[in-house]
Amino acid sequence: MLKMTHLSKVYRTEVVETYALRDFSIHVREGEFVAVTGPSGSGKTTFLTIAGLLEEFSGGAYQLDGVDVQGLNDNARSRLRNEKIGFIFQAFNLIPDLSVAENIEVPLRYRGFSAAERRRRIQQSIERVGLAARQRHYPAELSGGQQQRAAIARALAGTPRLLLADEPTGNLDTQMARGVLELLEELHRDGATIVMVTHDPELAVRAQREVHIVDGQVVDVATEPRLVSGARGRMQL
Amino acid sequence: MFKYYFSLALRSLRRNVVLTMLMIAAIGVGIGASMTTLTVFRAMDADPIPHKSGQLYAVQIDNWGPADHSMDTGDKLEDQIDYVDAMALMHAHAGARQIAAYLTGFALTPANPELKPFKVDARATFTDFFSMFEVPFEYGAPWGSGDDDARAPVIVITHELNDKLFGGANSVGRTINLDNEDYRIIGVMAPWNPMPRFYDLTSSDFEKTAPVFLPFTRAIDRHLLSWGNTSCSKASEEGWEGLLNSNCVWIQFWAELPSAAAVEEYRRWLKNYAEEQRLSGRFQWPAYTKLHDVRAWLTYEHVVSDETRILVLVSFSFLLVCVLNAMGLMLAKFMGRSADIGVRRALGANKRAILAQCLIEAGVVGLAGGLLGVVLTVLGLLGLRSVLSEQILELTHLDPSGVCIALALAIAATMIAGLYPTWRAAQVVPAWQLKAQ
Repeated sequence: MLKMTHLSKVYRTEVVETYALRDFSIHVREGEFVAVTGPSGSGKTTFLTIAGLLEEFSGGAYQLDGVDVQGLNDNARSRLRNEKIGFIFQAFNLIPDLSVAENIEVPLRYRGFSAAERRRRIQQSIERVGLAARQRHYPAELSGGQQQRAAIARALAGTPRLLLADEPTGNLDTQMARGVLELLEELHRDGATIVMVTHDPELAVRAQREVHIVDGQVVDVATEPRLVSGARGRMQL
Repeated sequence: MFKYYFSLALRSLRRNVVLTMLMIAAIGVGIGASMTTLTVFRAMDADPIPHKSGQLYAVQIDNWGPADHSMDTGDKLEDQIDYVDAMALMHAHAGARQIAAYLTGFALTPANPELKPFKVDARATFTDFFSMFEVPFEYGAPWGSGDDDARAPVIVITHELNDKLFGGANSVGRTINLDNEDYRIIGVMAPWNPMPRFYDLTSSDFEKTAPVFLPFTRAIDRHLLSWGNTSCSKASEEGWEGLLNSNCVWIQFWAELPSAAAVEEYRRWLKNYAEEQRLSGRFQWPAYTKLHDVRAWLTYEHVVSDETRILVLVSFSFLLVCVLNAMGLMLAKFMGRSADIGVRRALGANKRAILAQCLIEAGVVGLAGGLLGVVLTVLGLLGLRSVLSEQILELTHLDPSGVCIALALAIAATMIAGLYPTWRAAQVVPAWQLKAQ
């Protein structure tokens, strides 16, 4: 599903080069739930943004669902991102002008679905996260947990092959975080491939596999598969 | 997607009302200022006879010589001709149609004793004036060439004079007393006031049509003096005959030349005529003549003054400043929404989609600014009432085409101004925005 080989990302200024990722390799198979951990500044978010085609990489190779993404133009990257990837952000990143349903509709609009198809998918995903009663509410009218559920519904609406989550519970209290995590686990049990960046060890252990990054390199991998109830994915690095 | 982007634009504009109002005000004020001056300019620069202006030619002949001219047109030619040349050109019939004309006038004594006598302008001309300039008739018809030859006491009056004297009734066949002579009304014109009054720009460019038209030959026969401009390079002999034989210019001359070949032929003929005058000893300088069609004539006569052109230029420069202001405000607005744009990019929007969304938002600002500009234009034109002459004011109204121009100009200017902010918005690197959250 996601395969990075000897990938590097360098930020250059006139006087200094900073490697955010260096000789970074990872292979996430379909149906896996992988946690990427590491201290602040280790390169976790850079990995996620490159994985999500939001940023170019400097060297190495990256294949997403069998597609070599290097050299793709903006249109192709946008289309690939829209069709294959769902994002879940720490800050939810709901658009404040739009209601929950309209936020969920955004990626479907760019996908070119008909109005009827958009309505069907919005209803399906909003029910999936238990927010049917709140679909006309605006983000500011929702709790943090509800906002994150809305963001997850938006990520799911396009039935992506890969869910990328960046500290999905980072802005939530314990109870809300538990609810969101349970939702992610449920999605994984239903077959979703999930890559979750977190610095929370307790959260990481809920994943099938943990990849630890320090200074832009993978330094540690949990070699034994963790048993996640009903998980079908297999891990491989 | 257009409807979707349009609704997003409305939401976005509601999000920051103050910024939105500032952008709309900037565009609106710029459009209001530029459209006010443009409306005046269009009124003054309008083609008064658009479907025929390319076939009607004002005729100029240098009958003074290069040393004596007073015109400020730069080409040392007067814009009227003398009686000798006018009659020679009329008798030659070199064009498809031609007329000589001059402005004169009468004391009119109404038959109705309740009306006091009053002065009226009159245009002395030939029968072809009415067909050349397509004068519409309400009652009757123009006089014929027989009346020209017979110096008949017949007149055509305007719709307005007919209203005043006869309450708008068909007055054909009735008489009017002009300078103690009876003239028979042969035709009543329908309302006709070409502006600018292109066929006679020697006094005011925006004068109304003279209320009375009479045969040129009759006017000459009755020794009716010109009420328009008369210019002489040297003193003429005393009396009416002295004026007719002088080189004083006081007659406008027009020829109808329906094709380019006819124009070239007439141009050659006119040159030959002037050359013959030189050979006969009447002119002591090389033959020098000119033809201008209606539009060229309006330009030649500076109907639209340089000051008006400069004013239009200044007001459009002001629009440019307003648009640049709007551009700055738009840049601030779009950059303030970088986070949203980053999210949209993350969700699959390509750069083109962001460009379209932002440009449509700019277009909506332009539309609102254009509507405000239309209102300000109307106010601006009202404000000009104290400055412009009555005749120009009658022409300077914001018609539907002016409204369309205002809206199109506002939308186009705002979208052009929005290009840079839009481009910047499309360059938002989603990863940076999302990392910054």
